[in-house]
Amino acid sequence: MLYQLFSILIFPGFLFLAVASQFAEFLDRRIYARLQNRIGPPWFQPFADFIKLIAKEELIPSAANPRMFKMMPIFAFSSAVCAFLYIPLYRAHSLFYFDSDLIIILYLMTIPTLAFFIGGWYSTSLFARIGSVRSLTQLFAYEVPLFIGILSAALLADTWSISQLSVFYGSHPFYWLFNLIGFGVSLIAILAKLEKGPFDIPEAETEVVAGSFTEYSGRHLAFLRLTLNVEMVVGSALLSAVFLPFGYEFGACIGFFIFLCKIIFIISLLSLARTIFARMRIDQMVNFCWKYLVPFAFLQLLFNLVLKGVLVR
Amino acid sequence: MREQKKFRIPIGPQHPALKEPESFSVALKGEKIKGVDVRLGYNHRGIEKACEQRTYVQDVYLIERICGICSHTHSTCFVQAVEEIAALAVPKRALYIRTIIGELERVHSHYLWVGVAGHEIGFDTLLMYSWRDREVVMDVLAMLTGNRVNYGINCIGGVRRDIDEAQITEVLKAVDILEERTKYYIDVATQETTIIKRLSGVGMLTREEALRLGAVGPTARASGVDYDIRRDDPYAAYAELEFDVVTDNHCDVYGRTVVRLKELMQSFKIIRQALKNMPQGPISVKAPRKIPAGEAISRYEAPRGEDVHYVKSNGTEQPERVKVRAPTLANIRTVKYMLRDRYLADMPIVIAAIDPCFSCTDRVVALNNSLTKKREVMEWQALRSYSIDWYKKQGIDFTKLNKKLKPT
Repeated sequence: MLYQLFSILIFPGFLFLAVASQFAEFLDRRIYARLQNRIGPPWFQPFADFIKLIAKEELIPSAANPRMFKMMPIFAFSSAVCAFLYIPLYRAHSLFYFDSDLIIILYLMTIPTLAFFIGGWYSTSLFARIGSVRSLTQLFAYEVPLFIGILSAALLADTWSISQLSVFYGSHPFYWLFNLIGFGVSLIAILAKLEKGPFDIPEAETEVVAGSFTEYSGRHLAFLRLTLNVEMVVGSALLSAVFLPFGYEFGACIGFFIFLCKIIFIISLLSLARTIFARMRIDQMVNFCWKYLVPFAFLQLLFNLVLKGVLVR
Repeated sequence: MREQKKFRIPIGPQHPALKEPESFSVALKGEKIKGVDVRLGYNHRGIEKACEQRTYVQDVYLIERICGICSHTHSTCFVQAVEEIAALAVPKRALYIRTIIGELERVHSHYLWVGVAGHEIGFDTLLMYSWRDREVVMDVLAMLTGNRVNYGINCIGGVRRDIDEAQITEVLKAVDILEERTKYYIDVATQETTIIKRLSGVGMLTREEALRLGAVGPTARASGVDYDIRRDDPYAAYAELEFDVVTDNHCDVYGRTVVRLKELMQSFKIIRQALKNMPQGPISVKAPRKIPAGEAISRYEAPRGEDVHYVKSNGTEQPERVKVRAPTLANIRTVKYMLRDRYLADMPIVIAAIDPCFSCTDRVVALNNSLTKKREVMEWQALRSYSIDWYKKQGIDFTKLNKKLKPT
């Protein structure tokens, strides 16, 4: 009981995740800055930003629905944190697991986006509303390729439990190489989910100021930003667990180090994409997802179906 | 299907996409723009009127502060008009120095524009790169004139500083670096897929519309209008220099980007020639304090397009009338046309593509009261008391604050 509480609250649960997510933001901003020939922020900048925002005054628009407005950051944050508990980090088994927990993770990761939408919608600002509608439009475009990409990797392992998936790929080394198309598709979809890089359409500052977050300030904004960082860690942890499932057999210490390396690798890829592309328009983004991402995801699905008939019996 | 409701969003006077206050009220239907209302007048400084109350020498410096980016443009344009009225024979060397500073200014302005355009389409890497390289030309300008902006190199009858041999080698070195970087940006702009996707087909302005709406500068040249004051009505030393006028037939924001980048290459060519052919001699002639009565119009190809100054003198130390038509005023009308039926996401880049400078352009706006059909002009004191009353109604009383601030 005490151990479980420790796991949930401190390591590898809430506290570890909060710190790791701030470091992820630092890493992302630093890599982005270095690629742009800037120096970038010091390592404590995300913490300093967080503390500063916590201390700031909260303003709620008089026309907004205060309850919904205040609830949504907490909703988004808690669901993102919950998703993390089911992802295997340095062992093949995650903290908690049951059959088909992969579906639960994907479901929990969708909630923050919906919470952003509702929060933006209820803040009644025009910019926030346009941003909210955009993030929902975007959700319908990237969700399908993300799901198909991740689930086709699970299909090969013949399980919908992420822990069993890790066990399967652990006992069949190099099978994860078959899922590289799915990895690419999911990486791009995660980019859209995190509203980063060429897909930062919902919060494009030159068009809609800050999108759904326009009216948020103080503590609420701090938690929304923390949610985005947590999502970044959860998303990259999910991708590393599904598509890079190796290095679990070396024990906790080395396993944890390998896990960190994987996360840093994925975050670097995300930062790289953010650096080298211009922002797309929402219509271009939807077109791109349905025209290119979805067919590739289906290609992976088909490939894995055939492979399963040939290899795994 | 239910008819989608139109709603209006305010882009400006304060908005992250705009670097200066200006109001664009956009009627949206979903993501599509159905109409734009442009309103000037948030940044008016009354410089034309102020010029009438100062001497010509003071005006050169005041005029220079119309714009932070094309400051040399305005001061040269004004000085040319005054010199024409006073019939001053400006030395050749001074004309060459004006040309060199003018072209370096064009380089820094176009570099700045590339960065701003990158930022507007969410490509901050381009912003960081181009502004880093812009520092090279800023340093050169600081070395030649003593200032990064508002160079203060013009005076009536010539220029204030000479360029020596050591400076020439420095400038040539910088031009080599910049030319190489410009080639890189031309490659980036013409090959990078997401940039092309965001720029091509956006903000279409056909040749006929460009002529009808009176577009100038790169905006017009990207629509195939072959028009450049430097060639068609040469001033300074341009008549003796060889360069091409860059035009493009894409008619969209992509075309404007290409025109600006290729113009940079022509600027480097001009700077090299001017530095090589610069004759020896004095750099200014003495100008009289009182300019004889007369009037003149002067035109100048600013980085943003044709700049027009009109000066009327009455034989005293102060001009009777100074009128400035900055290029943005000619181009701003095209924005409304270009935005029709485009997406909201295209709005920042279409506005940025004319390279707007709102403070140069700004005019006083007098509003007609729609109820009484009367034009209302408010004096400064009346406006002040009106605003104090307005805030009182909102529950904020500034009169107390005022008392507290008074020294005891």
